Amino acid sequence: MRPVFVRPNALKNVPFRFCPGCHHGIIHRLVAEAIDHFGILDRTIGIAPVGCAVFAYDYFSCDILEVAHGRPPAACTGIKRARPDLIVFSYQGDGDLASIGTAEIIHAANRGENITVIFVNNANYGMTGGQMAPTTLLGQKTKTTPKGRSASSDGYPLKVCEMLATLEGTTYIERVAVNNPGHTKEAGRAIKKAFKVQLENKGFSLIEALASCPTNWEMSPAQANMWIEEKMLKVFPLGIYKDTSETKI
Amino acid sequence: MTNDFNNKRLMIGNDALCEGAVQAGCQCYFGYPITPQNEVPAYMSWRIPQVGGIFLQAESELAAINMVFGAAAVGARAMTSSSSPGISLKQEGISYLAGAELPCVIVNIMRGGPGLGNIAGSQGDYFQATRGGGHGDYRTICLAPGSVQEMMDLTREAFDLADRYRIPTLILSDGILGQMMEPVIFSNDLNLFDDLPEKDWALTGAKGRPPRVIKSLYMGEGELEERNWRLHDKHKRIEMEIPRCEYLNTEDAEFCLIAFGTAARVARSVVYLAEKEGINLGLLRPITLYPFPKRPIKELARKGVRFLVIEMNLGQMLEDCQLAVNGVTDVFFYGRPGGGIFNPEEILKVVKSYL
Repeated sequence: MRPVFVRPNALKNVPFRFCPGCHHGIIHRLVAEAIDHFGILDRTIGIAPVGCAVFAYDYFSCDILEVAHGRPPAACTGIKRARPDLIVFSYQGDGDLASIGTAEIIHAANRGENITVIFVNNANYGMTGGQMAPTTLLGQKTKTTPKGRSASSDGYPLKVCEMLATLEGTTYIERVAVNNPGHTKEAGRAIKKAFKVQLENKGFSLIEALASCPTNWEMSPAQANMWIEEKMLKVFPLGIYKDTSETKI
Repeated sequence: MTNDFNNKRLMIGNDALCEGAVQAGCQCYFGYPITPQNEVPAYMSWRIPQVGGIFLQAESELAAINMVFGAAAVGARAMTSSSSPGISLKQEGISYLAGAELPCVIVNIMRGGPGLGNIAGSQGDYFQATRGGGHGDYRTICLAPGSVQEMMDLTREAFDLADRYRIPTLILSDGILGQMMEPVIFSNDLNLFDDLPEKDWALTGAKGRPPRVIKSLYMGEGELEERNWRLHDKHKRIEMEIPRCEYLNTEDAEFCLIAFGTAARVARSVVYLAEKEGINLGLLRPITLYPFPKRPIKELARKGVRFLVIEMNLGQMLEDCQLAVNGVTDVFFYGRPGGGIFNPEEILKVVKSYL
């Protein structure tokens, strides 16, 4: 019998320990599929960030470097500058990339570092129990915004793709979601594209994946998928924000 | 003896330090502007590309140390430099480097503090440099050059020590040594250790081997404690194997100065000045600040030698000297903080007050 659906080689044969309905598992799989697709497992270095995704080193079967909160783009820069033959991806959450690591992501992007960034936006700090993130929606209740995020005291949801697309140094920026099969298919295509950009030495690529956090959102997995569809997509529209991969040499 | 004439050059300390790094085969330098270390990134920006290395001006000290983290993780020899306030910013990264056991070289051309302080040479960061500096239970090797020649030679050696023990290694210097000009001899005999361990831990791509992970997170029951004990064993090995100091006139002196770096240069003059006045004064200059050369100080104390520790701070190495002497004899202190520096006559007067 021919198997029609198998575990990608780039994932270890261990079960994910993420919460039920969390999207990290799906996004991990899409990254692994991209690594398999290009046959680059033996020259890929992944970055495990601080947050729920730190356990990336338990799941991916490529070499993994665990990096301090927010600093993966700097560490990726060090790796890629020292060994341009290696393929480097960082996998970061919204607190990591869009709050404590804002300087690092902007400057790595602006330098056009030839790296691939997977940015997982679930609108809160998951690992620490659901505090407000820079991407938390206005009115969204979190552990540190019990009455909902207020623009007057907490500012607005930070739009990373829109911001990075304005930088001349970036090559490919796209926002995707994995809350239904159609979106997930598109997300897989986008992540492959982001790795392709790096493989062709065309510079900085970032894929923002909107993701669920049913535990901290206090929703069922199905409700969380709906919340992404109805609330998050309005604030964080999906689509390609920048693509200069065809014109870059 | 070889004729070193052709290998002799007049250089400032910060430039000589860069040549030491180049001699060590430093492949990556990441820096950020801050006075009084600005000559280092400026020199590296043209020098390291000449030997096929990478220079990058980072967006911050945090980014620079994490670029070092990345480069070290893939096996490259990497360095960053800064001055006191910038070194404080790097402490997060230094803690992670120590936790992940990644070798690298970090240079601190100290200035006055606390806070933004001033830009004069100072020795106010001794505690930070010798106690780990960041969070957690760790140490870093710390070398203290006392001349422009040593700025070059100890920086070269720092890379070997870092690789040998898989540990971040600090060069603790100051604005005076960084800016002063002296003749330097470029040695032909560069390799200190030819038995450096292979980097069989580096992330080079999982080709024909299982994947490797470099991390500092250990969540399992007892995992981190075991890890800390392992680091401790390494620190004990370092304390056994590499403490180093320079002696001047310590054979039969009954009173001895202890000083490092720029302060030791003043102390040397004090010894000569005292000699002219018929006072038998010794000098012990720690070259490794961690590991601190406790044993030679302890031995002198057992012989009844009394000490005056002089530092360009308010008494930091003093505590290590007191620990080494352990009450066996007297340990006095004279220091000036905030970029103040003493002259030999000033110190001699203090010495005389204790004789």
